[in-house]
Amino acid sequence: MLEVRGLHVHYGGIAAVKGVDLEVASGELVCLIGANGAGKTTTLGAIAALVSPSAGEITLGGERTAGLASFQLVRRGLALVPEGRGVFGRLNVRENLEMGAYHRSDREIGHDLEKVFALMPRLQERCYQTGGTLSGGEQQMLAIGRALMSRPKLLLLDEPSMGLAPLMVQKVFETIQAVARDGVTILLVEQNARLALELAGRGYVMEGGCITLAGQSAALLADSRVREAYLGE
Amino acid sequence: MGAVNLDILLQQILNGLVLGSVYALVALGYTMVYGVLGLINFAHGEVVMIGALSTLSVSRLLHNVFPGLPGPAVLLFSTLAAIPVCMLLGYAIERVAYRPLRRAPRLAPLITAIGVSILLQNVAMVVWGRGYHSFPAYVSTEPFQFFGATMTPVQVVIIAVAIAIMAGLMVLVHRTKLGRAMRATAENQSVAGLMGVDINAIISVTFVIGSALAAVAGVMVAANYSIAHYYMGFVLGLKAFTAAVLGGIGNLGGAMAGGLLLGIIESLGAGYVGDLTGGFLGSNYQDVFAFFVLIVVLVFRPSGLMGERVAERA
Ligand SMILES: Nc1ncnc2c1ncn2[C@@H]1O[C@H](COP(=O)(O)OP(=O)(O)OP(=O)(O)O)[C@@H](O)[C@H]1O
Ligand SMILES: [Mg+2]
Repeated sequence: MLEVRGLHVHYGGIAAVKGVDLEVASGELVCLIGANGAGKTTTLGAIAALVSPSAGEITLGGERTAGLASFQLVRRGLALVPEGRGVFGRLNVRENLEMGAYHRSDREIGHDLEKVFALMPRLQERCYQTGGTLSGGEQQMLAIGRALMSRPKLLLLDEPSMGLAPLMVQKVFETIQAVARDGVTILLVEQNARLALELAGRGYVMEGGCITLAGQSAALLADSRVREAYLGE
Repeated sequence: MGAVNLDILLQQILNGLVLGSVYALVALGYTMVYGVLGLINFAHGEVVMIGALSTLSVSRLLHNVFPGLPGPAVLLFSTLAAIPVCMLLGYAIERVAYRPLRRAPRLAPLITAIGVSILLQNVAMVVWGRGYHSFPAYVSTEPFQFFGATMTPVQVVIIAVAIAIMAGLMVLVHRTKLGRAMRATAENQSVAGLMGVDINAIISVTFVIGSALAAVAGVMVAANYSIAHYYMGFVLGLKAFTAAVLGGIGNLGGAMAGGLLLGIIESLGAGYVGDLTGGFLGSNYQDVFAFFVLIVVLVFRPSGLMGERVAERA
């Protein structure tokens, strides 16, 4: 589904990502964990064409994405829930969700809206409230629901647990699990390493712009370096 | 200062509404572009001027080819011809002057805007000459009585058309998919892109719509004052910009309210400036009020009447 080879990204003269390789197979839920400033958001940004790589190759569904803008990647089945959620604060909940379906013109948009509301009943109650007035957890739900409205094949999630109370984190992760069970391939970026590894089948550990460890979640959870650096043991 | 004469007051307010309708239409162009790009398109006033002068040229042509065509029809058809001219111009201004500077420091596009403005004035001067053109009264300018004040049919048409256009724009922006994408783009370009919105297309559409409104506004002023010239866009543009700032730049409702309010302030100011200063200043000081308003707003409430924190978009 997704293949990243030798990805380098620079901001001005500073290298933020230095030769990242990763892949996500169809139907997988993979997580990418790492400390602040490791380059996780930058990696996702490069995949979604928000930043342009200085080197490397990204293929999505077998096709290279070089030269495509982010609005074109949506049509190829990519959705990114950005760090900080990126909810449109002045659009209401329904309009936010409709923005997710912007590239579509089929007849099933209404049906998908119902599906999102079924998955996240809180959003239905808040249907005509503007995005900016939602709580952080509701905004995260809205951002995920909005991404689902595009019918993604690959969903990129950037720190969905950020700034949420534990109970809400729990809810968000349950939602992600439900989405994965529905057949959506997911690449999940998280600082909350334990939760992410417990949810994902495989994981990558990123440090200083490089992937330093990779493997099955169970193996990573048992790894002493991971336990020490990311699980606080 | 004696008792206020109500008829005169009504007259000033009516005049102000006519003027304000034009300001509002032009202010919408400034505010829409500011909304999506955070940029003041100072060439916008020149689009108004090109709208008025191309309408004039087309109307002369129409009048020669179809001498029997009634005045209002001549004006309607020539305006409909001038609108696409201005739309194309607005599109070209963005593509040529602003898009290459999208990532440049904010001063660069501002300077370019002034350059485009001067360029368009000079082109218009070459095409239409330096002189003043009288704009024929295609819609009657014969005054009629209206509750003790006088109005002209052209003024009624101006107000009615402005209201219709503004209502149409609000429907477009708040009730259509395109409008939703415009609002989303104004709020967060990169996230709108992640939703599949082609940001460049939305920016182009914004310029094109603003320019269409400018064309109509240009015809309105020319028809109202029966005059058009290559320089008419400059002061009008500045005043409409003032209206946009007064209403809160970036806010559509604000541009409309700011336009109408500025028109009324100006009209009342011009009407009473003689009384207020004991005859020291005459009504030819009308223009002073708009810029006085601009300064007051910028000093005391830079976010305007309906605006939010402007600094946020730095
Ligand atoms: N727009 C930018 N301009 C300059 N440097 C940037 C920019 N964005 C990120 N960086 C730098 O690139 C590096 C990687 O940042 P990135 O946001 O990808 O990290 P992250 O792993 O997502 O961190 P966090 O967990 O805090 O979100 C950091 O050193 C950061 O300072
Ligand atoms: Mg990050």
